Amino acid sequence: MSEGPAIGRDEWVARADEIIERHRLLGLADRVPGWARLLAFVVAVAAIPLITDDGYVNSVVFDTLVFCLLALGLNVAVGWGGLLDLGYIAFFGFGAYTYAILSSDKFGLHLTSPLVLVIVLVLGALLGFLVGLPSWRLVGDYLAIVTLFAYQIFISVVTNGHDLFGVDLTGGVNGISNLDPFDVFGFELPVSHRGIFNSNYVYVALVLFVAVFGALHLINHSRIGRAWRALREDTLAAELMGMPTDWLKLLAFAFGASVAAMTGSLFASLKIGVFPETFSLTLLITVYAMLILGGVGSQTGAVLGAVVVYVFLEALRNADVSGWVFYLAVVLALLYLLRPRWMVGVVLAATVAFGFVAHAVAGAIDESWTAGAPPDAGAVTRALDVWVAIPASPGDAKPVAYVVLIALLLVSTVVTGVWRYALLVPTLYLAAFVWETVLAPQPDVTRFALLGALLVGIMITRPWGILGERRVEIV
Amino acid sequence: MSDRPLLELRGVSMAFGGLRCLDGLDLHVGEGEIVSVIGPNGAGKTTLFNLITGVYEPTGGDILFEGRSIKGLPPHRITQLGIARTFQTLRLFLNMSVRENVMAAAYGHTKAGVFRSMLRTPGMRREEKEIRELAEKRLAFFGDRLVGYRWDQPAYSLSYANRRRLEIARATATNPKLLLLDEPAAGMNPVETREITELIAKLREEGGYTILVIEHDMHVVEGISDRVVALDHGVKIAEGSFEEVATDPRVIEAYLGARAVERT
Repeated sequence: MSEGPAIGRDEWVARADEIIERHRLLGLADRVPGWARLLAFVVAVAAIPLITDDGYVNSVVFDTLVFCLLALGLNVAVGWGGLLDLGYIAFFGFGAYTYAILSSDKFGLHLTSPLVLVIVLVLGALLGFLVGLPSWRLVGDYLAIVTLFAYQIFISVVTNGHDLFGVDLTGGVNGISNLDPFDVFGFELPVSHRGIFNSNYVYVALVLFVAVFGALHLINHSRIGRAWRALREDTLAAELMGMPTDWLKLLAFAFGASVAAMTGSLFASLKIGVFPETFSLTLLITVYAMLILGGVGSQTGAVLGAVVVYVFLEALRNADVSGWVFYLAVVLALLYLLRPRWMVGVVLAATVAFGFVAHAVAGAIDESWTAGAPPDAGAVTRALDVWVAIPASPGDAKPVAYVVLIALLLVSTVVTGVWRYALLVPTLYLAAFVWETVLAPQPDVTRFALLGALLVGIMITRPWGILGERRVEIV
Repeated sequence: MSDRPLLELRGVSMAFGGLRCLDGLDLHVGEGEIVSVIGPNGAGKTTLFNLITGVYEPTGGDILFEGRSIKGLPPHRITQLGIARTFQTLRLFLNMSVRENVMAAAYGHTKAGVFRSMLRTPGMRREEKEIRELAEKRLAFFGDRLVGYRWDQPAYSLSYANRRRLEIARATATNPKLLLLDEPAAGMNPVETREITELIAKLREEGGYTILVIEHDMHVVEGISDRVVALDHGVKIAEGSFEEVATDPRVIEAYLGARAVERT
């Protein structure tokens, strides 16, 4: 062995992380110790019910914690084990139904909630073992499809469970109603006080959240967590380095399943009933979106993703908020796409100028063409009303504008140079028009479209998610 | 060296459908020996390693390790019994740190289970500390190349030669008795190749490992081998000291063709 100091040293490589770090917008978050971040999050969440009595706000906090738990559980199999599990929501539903069976008038069982959670933890793990079995032979897309079938089996069973070998187990499409509220050994937690959401549920969810987060963190920083990540990187190599990969895969499934099932029980304890359609594929995709946005493999990322996505989706129910988000996104996209930057100002100014002319012309032809803005509209719409012509009854103009907008967007990807800037002006104007007449009036469709846009934007700039680990595949 | 070989293959055959990769191979490796396996591409060398480590189950014959059959055992059990390997095409855990790569390989001889890990019992903490120290010790085997600032770097940031070294460090972290090295000098420059030659000898001296190595570089084979086994088309065509095997007409024919033998 030669002992020369220069051999085997590469100063740039040694400093690579430091160099990357300096260029990272969110590098700061990495330097805060994990327990401090968790504490800050817990304190912030715990303070919300103290600050506000608003039942809606507190119920959103509760639901956000439910999604945090779901994302954390999904992260075990997908983020650490590298096993694409599309049957995940079945575990969530299983937990909810088990709570409904063990804690309602259905069978006259009224078990105390902590006991239900323990039962669900164990049964969920067993179910996880079962659903995880195909992972011995299948990986990637193949495993995804088979686990998706496991989910489909769950839906079939609960939908037809009103006559399961002659027994009415799940109530079929009508589900199970009149569930007991969460209770701790006889101390009941009513779902609402005089019609207002009982904010104590936030604390119940928070306790479960801290327990799950802590347990998963500890298991991740042990030989089992290391083995999970090793099998994600290279299953065969992990097996040949002495790790029982078949067992470890089942363990990853079981952990995720237990977390999801307990979350399901908690979720059910607050609801009037459980129904098959609650556990939809949309829910699965939403949880995946949270995990991917936050960063696959990162616990903090999973929580952040859940908070961002859920709060985002809730906030977008409000037309004014979604208006702000839309126009901000347009301006950010322009800043990202146009060089030099001052061109953004020119294009926006030209759009507004174009708008005033169009507005004046439209108003001169027919008063009603510019009288569409509702009197109680938010600040954004009022600011736009002076230059975007919003007709009182858009009617046929809506689909035409929509199609023309898409055509303009397509054309703008082909043309170059000054024409592109020129084309941007009517495109932006039309985009504002389409937003105000077509998209803003339908927040339930639009909020998912905006979430999609957010995901696409983040995936382009940070494919590994906000807090995910940067993954490199060099063979 | 005891009379019972550490590893013994008795008439091992492997066929994939109609393709016979190995045919009735007998091979033994004594304790403390360094045995090289040579042969042209496609001779069945890597298949031999895959059979010993349990990736494939032989279609015929038996494999004994320390006198007991390991045929049909899952690979991780075989590794836990004391056989570790490196890969010809590197198979590191690329997105894990250098230290974690080695720590992960200690799984087989450590015990902390799910509950002890989540409760952080004193025994678990002690074990975790031992794994860490073991990893750092194994990495220190390669001088200053894989220590210090390298510990926390992801494996993908390593150079090719360092990746090969990390593979060896990872294999030794399973605490093996027998080490299978699959072309440890492939893709290395002459200086690094010379270093690998010294390193393999040092592995036996300091680590006490018995070593079975596949190698194409004849300088390496000459430098390290107690015994050389030549394979061609899944059949053993020669065995003995390096000189005996290197001058064997069948070996020359396998490598260079029949006319080359006529000229000698």
